[in-house]
Amino acid sequence: MTQDQWTTVADVASAVCLLGGAFLAFAAGVGVLRFPDLLARMHAGTKPQVLGLILVLIGLALRLRSGGAVWALVLVAVFQMLTAPVAAHMVGRAGYRTGKVRGDLLVVDELTDDVVRSQARDERAGS
Amino acid sequence: MTAVVVICGVLLTIGFALAVIRAEKGPSMLDRTIALDIVVTTMIAAVALYAAVNRRTDVVPILVVLSLVGFVGSVTIARFASVEPEGQGRVRTREEIAAQEAERMDAEDDAEESRRSGRREGPDEHHGGGAEGEVR
Repeated sequence: MTQDQWTTVADVASAVCLLGGAFLAFAAGVGVLRFPDLLARMHAGTKPQVLGLILVLIGLALRLRSGGAVWALVLVAVFQMLTAPVAAHMVGRAGYRTGKVRGDLLVVDELTDDVVRSQARDERAGS
Repeated sequence: MTAVVVICGVLLTIGFALAVIRAEKGPSMLDRTIALDIVVTTMIAAVALYAAVNRRTDVVPILVVLSLVGFVGSVTIARFASVEPEGQGRVRTREEIAAQEAERMDAEDDAEESRRSGRREGPDEHHGGGAEGEVR
């Protein structure tokens, strides 16, 4: 293939990636508005944070096609993949401890079982 | 490319608007945190879209900054989330404010009396207790 055709292929792939990322951001908006409780909203919110962001960055990299900028985009993706789990952990933990998690919507709730069991054990040890 | 840009822009705008609606409605602070996380991510996507359309490499550092700012915001709010007393989110009526004011004055009078009579007790005399505002 010639240089021109490769350019076209890269532009089309970039357009597809950008569309995918924008769709995931839209899906996150719908999910965060319609889902019933904190954990479900977190689930919706993580879609554009990792997959959507990476799609958008791939789309941008395919369009820019220059070395330095692409490395900066890789840096953004790495930052996001390092920080998104930390933020989600903090929010989920704070939500559980302040009673924002609805137990009736959960299929499995191992944490509450463990907390109850350890409290019972502490009481037995104390008495 | 123009059609792709328009579709992406519309999708991002709708997602942004829905997240802002949730941030306004959100029953708790943590819901608002998540909604604002999505707002920041949508902004990153919008800046990236702009850079892709105009082939501008100089806005790439903005993406790095935005991704870090979003993280700091949500972690800070989650760290200081605490149990809110029932009905704290609403505006009090005039009678309730008057009742609470009277209660506070009584408590101050009691504290004054107990200080005069030399008893140094009460909740004000605790120094170095548990950290306030901690997530329990």
